Amino acid sequence: MTVIPEIRIQAEDFNLDSEVSKLTKNSNDIGAVVTFSGLCRDEKGALAALELEHYPGMAEAEIRKIAKEAIDRFNLTGMIAIHRYGKILPGENIVLVIAASPHRHAAFDGANFLMDFLKTNAPFWKKEHLKNGKEGKWVDARDSDMKAASRWEDIL
Amino acid sequence: MTVTINYFAWLRERTGISTEDVELPEQVSTVAGLIDWLATRGEEFEVFDQHRELIQVAVDQQHQPDHGADLENAREIALFPPMTGG
Repeated sequence: MTVIPEIRIQAEDFNLDSEVSKLTKNSNDIGAVVTFSGLCRDEKGALAALELEHYPGMAEAEIRKIAKEAIDRFNLTGMIAIHRYGKILPGENIVLVIAASPHRHAAFDGANFLMDFLKTNAPFWKKEHLKNGKEGKWVDARDSDMKAASRWEDIL
Repeated sequence: MTVTINYFAWLRERTGISTEDVELPEQVSTVAGLIDWLATRGEEFEVFDQHRELIQVAVDQQHQPDHGADLENAREIALFPPMTGG
C-alpha cells in the first residue's frame, strides 16, 4: 500500500495530540510513533519574535519529496509534517514531524531524516525581531546542518 | 526570454523587490550568467556580486545546486540565501 505523507504549510499553530491521533486512529499496524516539534527560542531573552518567510508551492513540494523518500527508505506506515510561517513568538511551535512505523527504529530514523533534509532543502528563512527594538538579522545557515544531512549517505 | 524572478529573505530586502517579470538578455543562458547580469542592474543589485557563493537558485521550483545549470525554457526563477527553516 502506498503511504501518502500529509504536508501542511500554515500560519496557524498545530495540536500534537490531534495530529498523532489522525495517524493512529484507523490503524492496527503501527507500533511506534515518533514526534519532533521545533519551537522558537528567546535567545536568552533577546528575541521578541521570529519571522518565517517561505517560498509558497516549493516549500510544500520539497518537504513532500523528502517525506516520500523517508517513507520509502524506512518503510514508514505514516508521516505528517507541518511547518508554520509568519511571526512566531518565543515558546511557540515552528515545525512538527510525525513518523509512524511497526517498530521504533524506523520511526526515529524517519523523523530524523525528514528534519535533516528539511533544514537544508525546504525554502524557509528566519529573521530575528529583537526586544531592544533594533533591526534583527537573518539567521545564518549552519554548517552543522549541512553535515547532518550528508551523514545519511554514509549510514545507508 | 521573459521570466518571473522571485527574491527571498535578504535578497528581497536588498533589492527591494519580491517578484518581477524581466526580459533576460540573449547572452544570459545559465544560472551563473543570470547572477552576473543581475549584479550589473544597479547599486541595490551589487549584493549578487558580493555574495555570489552564498546565493542559491531554483528554476521552476527545482533546486539548481550547480551555477552552470541551463536556464532554457525557464519560466520562474527564485534567488535566495541558504535556507534556515525547521
